[in-house]
Amino acid sequence: MLNRDEDILKAAEDWQKAGHGVALATVVETWGSAPRPAGSSLVINDDGTFLGSVSGGCVEGAVVTEALDVITSGQPRMLEFGVADETAWNVGLSCGGTIRVFVEKVG
Amino acid sequence: MKLATLHELNAERAARRPVIIVTDVANGEQRLVKAGDFARDPLGAELAKQLRMGKSGMIEAGGRKLFLNVYAPTAKLVIVGAVHISQALAPLARSLDYDVTVVDPRTAFASPERFPDVPLIAEWPDVALPPLNIDPYTAFVALTHDPKIDDPALLHAFKCDCFYIGALGSRKTHAKRAERLRALGANETDIARIHAPIGLPIGAVSPSEIAVAIMAEITAQLRLPPKEKEQAA
Repeated sequence: MLNRDEDILKAAEDWQKAGHGVALATVVETWGSAPRPAGSSLVINDDGTFLGSVSGGCVEGAVVTEALDVITSGQPRMLEFGVADETAWNVGLSCGGTIRVFVEKVG
Repeated sequence: MKLATLHELNAERAARRPVIIVTDVANGEQRLVKAGDFARDPLGAELAKQLRMGKSGMIEAGGRKLFLNVYAPTAKLVIVGAVHISQALAPLARSLDYDVTVVDPRTAFASPERFPDVPLIAEWPDVALPPLNIDPYTAFVALTHDPKIDDPALLHAFKCDCFYIGALGSRKTHAKRAERLRALGANETDIARIHAPIGLPIGAVSPSEIAVAIMAEITAQLRLPPKEKEQAA
């Protein structure tokens, strides 16, 4: 099931209400054996704090960086990551997939 | 995502009501569609299909690329009877991401030693079942083989809108059970909801195999379109 992300979305709402800038990053498409299915999400606040995941951990750093830009600009953007390169292998991901992640501001 | 949308999404999820968020990925335009409103929605058929599969994904509609993010409640399985089959069924259902609860008033059966890590309620069905909020994302099975326990449990399940009701017992046992339930006020529609003999007919013999047959039948009820569901039943 895809609904184990419960507290992530609650956290996004709570952060926003507490006055934080918040972004939501969601896996919208996957090719090959991507680590997390479409619908998986990551929420990020303007402190750089994040919860959830869009991959096994290899692209979260890059997503957080982009999300901070989205919080500032308010403009959603689409990111694409291949996880089959040597770097991915080095951090332990041998799955060889590609993912597309939609990043949007909350609020 | 607008804060109002996020708030509504969280409220629907907390209430265990399924919703889909439709996002136009070109411009970020978004709307929340409740399952109850699918029939009136231009994307109704697509939305219903994605929800049934419990799967999020991209679709193209009217030249636009839309992401459908499905928020379906976690499925629950309520097992009445802390019996041998249940010892195989509970971990199997958990591996399929069900939230499992086992109910059996007999404390010798409903013991943590027999069911490590599974929520156990050692109470009679009339006490144990109402607080479990059996809803459309719940499957319900009665496995004690003891009418004192199974019958009132089934009568409770009839009052709920669960997606599956199964009861252990041969055709003969089930015919007797149907008679008893009628005498207790159940109608034919109620009795027809019971899957009995329980499980898909795969020739299951051992408790573990019966557990597989039960979970296969529950999966079919959860995932198949209505027409194919009738054939599988």
